[in-house]
Amino acid sequence: MQISGAQMVIEALIAEGVDTVFGYPGGAIMNVYDEIYKQTNFKHILTRHEQAAVHAAEGYSKVSGKVGVAMITSGPGFTNAVTGLADAYMDSIPLVVISGQVPMSLIGTDAFQEIDAVGISRSCTKHNYLVTDASDLPRVLKEAFYIAASGRPGPVHVDIPKDVTAQIAEFDYSIELNLETYKPHVKGNPRQIKKAMEAISKAKRPIFYLGGGIINSNAAYEVRELVHATGIPAVETFMARGTLSHDDELLISMLGMHGSYAANMAMSETDLVIGLGARFDDRVTGKLAEFAKNAGVIHVDIDPASISKLVNADYPIVGDVKNVVKEMIELLSMINPTKYKAWRETIRNFDELHPLTYHEDSERLKPQWVIQRVGELLGDSANISTDVGQHQMWTAQFYPFTRPRQFISSGGLGTMGFGFPAAMGVKAACPEKISINFTGDGSILMNCQELMTAVEKKLPVINIILNNNFLGMVRQWQTLFYNKRHSETDLSVQPDFVKLSEAFGGLGYRVNTKDEFDAALKDAVEKNVVTFIEVIVERLENVMPMVPAGGSLFNMMLLEKKEK
Amino acid sequence: MEASERRVISVIVVNEASVLSRITDLFSGRGYNITSLTVAPIPDSKYSRLTIVTSGSIRVIEQITKQLHKLIPVLRVYEHADLVEKEMALIKFPISENISDIAALCAAYNGKIVNVGDNVFIAMVADEPKRVDNFLKIINKYNPKEIVRSGAVALER
Repeated sequence: MQISGAQMVIEALIAEGVDTVFGYPGGAIMNVYDEIYKQTNFKHILTRHEQAAVHAAEGYSKVSGKVGVAMITSGPGFTNAVTGLADAYMDSIPLVVISGQVPMSLIGTDAFQEIDAVGISRSCTKHNYLVTDASDLPRVLKEAFYIAASGRPGPVHVDIPKDVTAQIAEFDYSIELNLETYKPHVKGNPRQIKKAMEAISKAKRPIFYLGGGIINSNAAYEVRELVHATGIPAVETFMARGTLSHDDELLISMLGMHGSYAANMAMSETDLVIGLGARFDDRVTGKLAEFAKNAGVIHVDIDPASISKLVNADYPIVGDVKNVVKEMIELLSMINPTKYKAWRETIRNFDELHPLTYHEDSERLKPQWVIQRVGELLGDSANISTDVGQHQMWTAQFYPFTRPRQFISSGGLGTMGFGFPAAMGVKAACPEKISINFTGDGSILMNCQELMTAVEKKLPVINIILNNNFLGMVRQWQTLFYNKRHSETDLSVQPDFVKLSEAFGGLGYRVNTKDEFDAALKDAVEKNVVTFIEVIVERLENVMPMVPAGGSLFNMMLLEKKEK
Repeated sequence: MEASERRVISVIVVNEASVLSRITDLFSGRGYNITSLTVAPIPDSKYSRLTIVTSGSIRVIEQITKQLHKLIPVLRVYEHADLVEKEMALIKFPISENISDIAALCAAYNGKIVNVGDNVFIAMVADEPKRVDNFLKIINKYNPKEIVRSGAVALER
């Protein structure tokens, strides 16, 4: 059929089964918004900032596993969205972000709201397109969705000049894609998988090193089966939280800079690292030369460039982790699960020596208590987002995650301001679960305008602001490594968070005690409106354990022991 | 530090807008070196061939080839071990220099005098990059006014 470029965008989104688009209109994208006005097939959620639109699409995608879609205008609309694109790129989140561009005849003239969008997004997207003819749109949009979701997922940016959205051309979305140059390798090499299983069967102290790729490939339940059948203990990266349930006996905990003592020690003493969809990030490995020094390495990843990038893999397996784990399960008879009893005992002793805990020794509430308490009260019934900083690490350490896609956080880029809009996207995709955002007094101000979106679109996110009047994580580094020179991290001057939320039509609570917290959370859950719960917490609490940047994983700063 | 080696990588890419920027952005963004880069369309196809001379440790070279391959419009990446490599250079001399000496030198490096004008003449050589280096060192005493090198092109044997 002959339709306009703008109509093609709508038709393509419908054909892709998109039910929610996050966005913000403007001059160059107006033709598309005119078509959005006329249609009823999908919802459009108007955020109050383009960055928030992309984060919301990320949250939507992370919780649902579907491709998230955001739409923005040219120039500042696009540049505002760049942080979201970069965030999605670092965390391998499948998005299609459509931006308007000035008309073709004005490109290159420094026109109003013109910026070289594809030039900017090139280094923070999996792929991008500048569409110069409406007849290319069906193919480009179809490719964009396919590329975003396949292989190692990631954001794809499609920039469409205004005159192209007005141009009439033939639309046929049933075209077959023919991407000769893009063929993701999804099936692991069976010989390599067998060799890896042989290595596992010979190892004395093997360990599963579970990464976010497991969540992306929907492989968590297969991984659970593999872990349980082998009896081999597992550590999770930050991005993999929820792969195993928190109460799983074989789950040690998170590893890395703020990993548990037992997880980091187990990783240091293992003789075989079984890496599944993890990328040996610097926050995980600490000093590379000392990382799992005496261990062989099995590395399963869909991205060949992740393998042997930082740590040399003795058994590299390129493939979708779900396929590879299924094949490993077929070979389970090679493994004797009773063999690792002593090793599990060693790890249990590590954990008893320095368990992941905190001291309730202050007048003010401890932030860790708040997170644990939400876990006790809401547990599996909530999806958990976070912003970035101390609260984020405490959430990863202390929230009792029970399932994959329950935890939504900005890992790779570490974007303050991610949590609230992401939690809105989570709620839009998954309304039956409570959407909690743990945040800090620093992070929440970086997208607090989204209170308006949440009120208007009835996205009752409960933001729990752990307020220590500090940019806490930076303050912690200053305390530990900069001789307590707290340069520009004291946030004593603050808005009234209760009134701020109320001003937008949300709920606000300020709590100082455990009882007040319980009451506020209960009230917020019942009222089902967007909420700020400001919790006044201990100011100088540090996230422990901590591996100082560049230090060896086994050289942790630990929580000081208290005499009973 | 692992030893840094000179390497020649050929990349076959879809001949489309901004594909060259994708390649060069990857090199600058990840801190890889480009010593030279040449690009031209492959006849009767929708592809172009790039020849990139780079340097780095074995691990870095492996990453470069993998990261290049990850780019969507990249069809193939060859990291050459056994190859025939050629580079061209054009050199402009003042007319007062000894043209017959220079012509004889050029001949030894697969070259010749390609243009003579009122004030200057231009010589061309085409040889292995190392030999071109050598040639340029030798002709330095003839006061070359300008030198242009093409960058290397290579084919696997």
